[in-house]
Amino acid sequence: MLKIQDLSFFVPDDGAQKEILKNISLTVPEGKLIVITGPNGGGKSTLAKLIAGIEKPTDGKIFFQGEDITDLGVTERARMGIGFAFQQPVRFKGLKVIDLIRLAAGKKLNVVDACAFLSAVGLCAREYIDREVNSSLSGGELKRIEIATVLARNSLLTVFDEPEAGIDLWSFTNLIEVFQRQREEIKNRSIIIISHQERILNIADEIVVLDSGSVRTTGSRDEVLPELIGTASAVQACRGTWKGEDC
Amino acid sequence: MDLGKVQQMLLKEIADLDAPPKGAYNIRSNSESVARQSTENVNIIPKENASGIDIFIKPDTKGESVHIPVVISESGIKETVYNDFYIGENADVEIVAGCGIDNCGQHDSQHDGVHRFFVGKNARVRYVEKHYGSGRGEGKRILNPVTEVYMEEDSYAEMEMVQIKGVDDTTRTTTADLKAGAKLVVRERLMTHEVQRAFSVYTVNLNGDSSAADIVSRGVARDNSFQKLDLKIVGNAACKGHTECDSIIMDNGKILAVPALEANDVDASLVHEAAIGKIAGEQLIKLMTLGLSESEAEEQIINGFLS
Repeated sequence: MLKIQDLSFFVPDDGAQKEILKNISLTVPEGKLIVITGPNGGGKSTLAKLIAGIEKPTDGKIFFQGEDITDLGVTERARMGIGFAFQQPVRFKGLKVIDLIRLAAGKKLNVVDACAFLSAVGLCAREYIDREVNSSLSGGELKRIEIATVLARNSLLTVFDEPEAGIDLWSFTNLIEVFQRQREEIKNRSIIIISHQERILNIADEIVVLDSGSVRTTGSRDEVLPELIGTASAVQACRGTWKGEDC
Repeated sequence: MDLGKVQQMLLKEIADLDAPPKGAYNIRSNSESVARQSTENVNIIPKENASGIDIFIKPDTKGESVHIPVVISESGIKETVYNDFYIGENADVEIVAGCGIDNCGQHDSQHDGVHRFFVGKNARVRYVEKHYGSGRGEGKRILNPVTEVYMEEDSYAEMEMVQIKGVDDTTRTTTADLKAGAKLVVRERLMTHEVQRAFSVYTVNLNGDSSAADIVSRGVARDNSFQKLDLKIVGNAACKGHTECDSIIMDNGKILAVPALEANDVDASLVHEAAIGKIAGEQLIKLMTLGLSESEAEEQIINGFLS
């Protein structure tokens, strides 16, 4: 589905070029859940942004469904079927939750259908559907709404950039359930999750370890995960219990 | 009601009307009242010595609406109209005003509506005013609304004042005097484009204990347009006041926000917030990841901001 070939990304740094990613090559097959992990500053989020078209690579190619998308912008890639969930979701004054979900779905969903996406991320749909996506929402609420919009988008390939960042434990447990459901339903779709949470690594088909801008290891969960346990690439979250929202 | 196509379009744009509304109304087209209806509780009477109407709403009137839209389709009309609203004690009503000007001619068209609201004790009123301009003539579309609000004890007024688009020049002047326990909520939305200019000036006097005002003005200045927002709250008692100017600038748009708070009582609590900036890049990118083009994303953000 997605093929990354010799991808590099440099940024100017005090007159020189700083290498953020160096000659990354990866293949994401159809119907797989891939988790990209690694220490902080290893280039994981940059890679996610390069896939979505938010950043442009210095060198290398990206192919999606066999087509070279290296020079395509964010909109074109989204229309081809690449979805992206932000690590730090964006706030909008005036835009309501239902507006974002409808824009994501690309059609005028009725309220019941739109609410289903909120319920899927553990939010009481009735309370949130007409709320503005503004600073009145907490980080955790915003994150769940972000994931609801990505679910509504139903892309062929969805990239989640550190979905656990900034959310409370309660939401985190729910988030794992969302990914597990996605995992069961993906079939011909694929998911890439940038994360170093052990519980997310546990549901991966394949794990890629990025370190200092290069692929250090790649392989199936059973091959890679044992090496990572206890390192910064596989952090344990305290376990909370999500019992569903009462509304 | 016999209106031409352009007037009908304007009426739809400013008051969402396809036909005469339910309840009381006065529809003014090209400087004449073309349709008027009073009801048992709402009496609309033309002024004798000036252009305009007096609207008397009986005490205890609940759930009724009054529509008083103005449309102008002839180039060169210049008028000042005085409308006074007397809202009886304990009433709870909605008033829908607004003015649409279509100017395809060489001469400026101008409507200055002077609205005075006398809101009775414990009465509630929701006021909606939309301004809109269209037409490709060189003549300007000018609207200078003056709104004066006099609020008795424990009354409540909510005012939604919107300039949608197409108004070349506007000076909006709003003043309010609030007695004890009265509350005023204003939501203003201003969109200017091309070389339009908009000035919006508020002076709200909180004169009684426990009176409160919440004034929020959101603006978008595109192209080479200019907006100046002057929001002043004067606290003369143990009151609460909040004003907020929140603006987006695009292209070569310019916005000047001039907040002013004056506290003349030690128990007055007054807050002002102001923010001006362009559309955040990350907002555009988020919507683009949902498949919108950059210009579609921009429109969505602005429509949401001004909704």
